[in-house]
Amino acid sequence: MQERHHLGEEAITRELFRPLVSTPAMMWVGFIGLGAVLAIFVFAVSWMVYWGLGVTGLQRPNMWGFMIVNFVFWIGISHAGVMISAILRLTQAEWRRPVTRAAEVMTIFSLMTAMLHPVIHTGRPWRTLYWVFPYDFWRNIWPDIRGPLVWDPSAILTYLTGSTLFLYTTLIPDMALARDRTTGWRHVLYTILALGWRGNERQWKMQTIAGFLLSGLILPVFVSVHSIVSWDFAVSLVPTWHATVFAPYFVIGAIHSGVSAVVTLMALMRWLFRFEHYIRLEHFDAIGRLLIAVGTGWLWFFLLDIFFAIYPQEARELEIMQFRLFQWPFNVFTALIFIFGYFIPVPIWVFQRFRRNVRIMFWTSIAVNVGMWAERYWLIKPGLMRKYEWTFDWNWYRPSIVEISIIMGSFALVGFLLLVFSKIFPPISVWEEKEGVHFAQQLQVGKRRVSAIVREF
Amino acid sequence: MPRWGMVIDLDRCIGCGACVVACQAENNVPINTEDVYHQRRAIEWIRLERYWDGEYPDIKARYIPVPCMHCQNAPCEPVCPVYATYHTSEGINMQVYNRCIGTRYCSVNCQWHVRFFNFWEPKWPDSLKNQLNPNVTVRSRGVMEKCTFCIQRIVKAEHQAKLEGRDLRADEFTTACAQACPTDAIVFGDLDNPNSRVAQLVNSAVNERGYRLLEDLGTEPSVYYLKKVDLEAPVEEHSSHQG
Repeated sequence: MQERHHLGEEAITRELFRPLVSTPAMMWVGFIGLGAVLAIFVFAVSWMVYWGLGVTGLQRPNMWGFMIVNFVFWIGISHAGVMISAILRLTQAEWRRPVTRAAEVMTIFSLMTAMLHPVIHTGRPWRTLYWVFPYDFWRNIWPDIRGPLVWDPSAILTYLTGSTLFLYTTLIPDMALARDRTTGWRHVLYTILALGWRGNERQWKMQTIAGFLLSGLILPVFVSVHSIVSWDFAVSLVPTWHATVFAPYFVIGAIHSGVSAVVTLMALMRWLFRFEHYIRLEHFDAIGRLLIAVGTGWLWFFLLDIFFAIYPQEARELEIMQFRLFQWPFNVFTALIFIFGYFIPVPIWVFQRFRRNVRIMFWTSIAVNVGMWAERYWLIKPGLMRKYEWTFDWNWYRPSIVEISIIMGSFALVGFLLLVFSKIFPPISVWEEKEGVHFAQQLQVGKRRVSAIVREF
Repeated sequence: MPRWGMVIDLDRCIGCGACVVACQAENNVPINTEDVYHQRRAIEWIRLERYWDGEYPDIKARYIPVPCMHCQNAPCEPVCPVYATYHTSEGINMQVYNRCIGTRYCSVNCQWHVRFFNFWEPKWPDSLKNQLNPNVTVRSRGVMEKCTFCIQRIVKAEHQAKLEGRDLRADEFTTACAQACPTDAIVFGDLDNPNSRVAQLVNSAVNERGYRLLEDLGTEPSVYYLKKVDLEAPVEEHSSHQG
């Protein structure tokens, strides 16, 4: 951490709280632009709920389409939060500090957006909401726990609860900081959220312990969420879905797209809030190095999945593999996945010069997520279009304008929520940033320089 | 306890489509307009698949009626989160419309494409409204539906037998598709009753021609097919479906 600018505590507080008090012009543009897309999204969803799923491009046999693909995509993005804050916190990677908050918030918002998809995608969403949240056990109608669609909400809700608690734990000291510097409704809000935080030793100790415990406890959930989402597909009989490698493959894919999304977010925050002193080039450098490893791991599983489909020489699997590797339009998707998901970004990240270039990091991270969206489509759709030997029923899937609006809207929704969040809560964890400053401080003791603070664990 | 099953003799099937129409009328299946066909959202609890066998001019049309297979180990059942699809003690794969929330997972996991989703609110012309079968639920938009082996007929027959204090007789009743079939290609009945025609067909020498669709998936379908006997064609061309 040599590139840190030496700022006083008050300066750090003032700068990191700036988005709360002043709104840059681009933020207004963001609010209005994303709000407009969001209005279209709300209209599209209402239209679909009112008229029924007939307004989508779904038919037989393509009963699942864009919305399920997008669901898997957003679940993938949500893996960033824990990857960045829990794992890096446990391994004490210093460079995590400026991105933990943003990554956790993105986790929560993308999980909420993801959960929206299966609900509006059901034939009778009102029934789904009425029966499933909460499930009416009092009538002795039990869910079928053999079904992945029961595991799925359980895993996602556990993850959502865990990450919300985790985020809140890390938010408390900042809330106290905000409480002491605000008036009016903000003061009331922050007072409630700060839970009487005084910053004494006992409170810090408990907060630290809670943070570490939660990051440890959330790790198994982190692995299980996307595994269980992958089982939505893997436990079915559809050729090319029916693969045991799906669980680790989906998890590594989720980390790949999630961490890339954090890079996108870092670049946007640096640009929008002028956080150059906090989100520094060294952070892009470090996350770029992490991404090389994650991306290569993902490529390995991607190739394994293809290999496992080819290896048993099962005619149906081979047929669909042939279809999705070599036939229009899936050959284009295959190329997109390879080129955008790996062969453009990873060789670029190998060079430190490019890793330290925010613009290049931004565009490569976007490329990864274009590739990863294509990958989810590529994984899910071909098997359904050509299900078994029923050539009479084979059919193409064409998403309707309603589905496309919902996909666009889901991106706008996450963006809009992130903007709203950064108007109310500091988008960079202030206390963690200050803690980092203290950790970096060194004292001159005789002829040696030693760390000012010795870590306890 | 009966175990309901069906035999479809493809050698007898002439592809007339009477079974499709009869099923439509019996089970209150909405009218499939041309528009709905183009959307690929037609609902046909039993459908007629047409395949071309051979190359022009030496070409033959092949038909295969496909109802729900009523698998004994059905892939559609465990994936439903709300138990809307379940297995009855009589071996029927049943759909509870009121419970269904329309996740369509059952349809995704059905390899025979015999589960249908109500994408639109079903509509009938006024002239046909009095024709609806009062014993069958009219399904609303957003739920799955499928062949029930004419459960209303089964229940009626069982009820009658109970009133008369006797066991169900073999072939006492049949499904709408079997009843309408002019060539008697579809036979429905109790697979566990040795006197029923279905059991005899399945157990007799005729079943050298017998097979089940996608049998290798291990789902134990209750619908048996008897291969086409084609004197002109080489042996392996009996059916493009065997797998």
